[in-house]
Amino acid sequence: MLWIAQRASAAVLALCVIVHLITIIYAVRNGLSAAGILERTRGNYGWFVFYAVFVAAIAVHAPIGLRNILSEMLGWRGAALNLLVLVLAIALALSGWRAAFAVFT
Amino acid sequence: MDALRVSVWRGKESGEFRTYEVPQFASQTVLDVVTYIQRNLEPTLSYRFACRVGMCGSCAMTVNGKARWTCRTHAAKVAAGNALEIAPLNHLPVIKDLVTDMTRFFDKWAQAQGQFRGERTRKDDFARVKPDSAQRQQADAGIECIGCGVCYSACDVVAWNPDYLGPAALNRAWTLLTDVRDIARVERLAAVAGDAGCHACHTHMSCTELCPKHIAPTASIAGLKRAVTGAVLKGEL
Repeated sequence: MLWIAQRASAAVLALCVIVHLITIIYAVRNGLSAAGILERTRGNYGWFVFYAVFVAAIAVHAPIGLRNILSEMLGWRGAALNLLVLVLAIALALSGWRAAFAVFT
Repeated sequence: MDALRVSVWRGKESGEFRTYEVPQFASQTVLDVVTYIQRNLEPTLSYRFACRVGMCGSCAMTVNGKARWTCRTHAAKVAAGNALEIAPLNHLPVIKDLVTDMTRFFDKWAQAQGQFRGERTRKDDFARVKPDSAQRQQADAGIECIGCGVCYSACDVVAWNPDYLGPAALNRAWTLLTDVRDIARVERLAAVAGDAGCHACHTHMSCTELCPKHIAPTASIAGLKRAVTGAVLKGEL
């Protein structure tokens, strides 16, 4: 299941990262100020849903990858490792959604 | 021709390389080199071989850093100049000199449900399987494994995760999964899923590069990943 979740979240991430990069390049090249960016994101459900999905994909993808790396490189396995990456997943999701919500309201 | 300078592992897990001078001959294999040393220079040298023609899979060793079937590897083709370093296979406990304990390797075949399970008895007629059917051709692509352990020794994931079933056991599971006569599909998929199973493979392809029988265990493992995913989505696992 973890493998499928990681592959599926990778597919979502591939799309999200491209949209995110284009957005950054657009904002920089058009000299948008912080206020200008907030003006576009506040109350915009499209951007809110997009970044909420982006954060969810990260919160699924990164901890599973980290679990594999810690397991293979440090030989760390078992419940403690699973708990650590679960905490990391929750922390990533909450902090990411908080940021997305902050630029929405 | 200059003599070969051959460094051979002597000892168990701890030990040392000892160097021997071995005359070169035309078409000399690495197994010939080891045999020359044992018969003429170092009678206590232990190594394993049986058929000498690439069928039994017992003579695999690490030759100049790469796992090889020594009976079918020409010394001249793998020597660095005239230097050969011959060590036991990686990732398996060393019993003595060039002999490894293959127990763990073959136990993993059993763990991966590597035994054929059919439903016919001797009273039934033969199963008729079309050789050119897609499923049979998939099985045929991996069926010639001789169990030499070269792939297992070459696999990075085995080094990082000692529980990993390894390319040979997973390839065996794939050849049974694609065998239309076999009835243990779901049990086998359950056995090869998980952290120690097919999903641990990083597709480095060292197994495929070094398999002396030119099997592609990486492709078999990819097939298992697809099959497990399909079974999970169908709710079978």
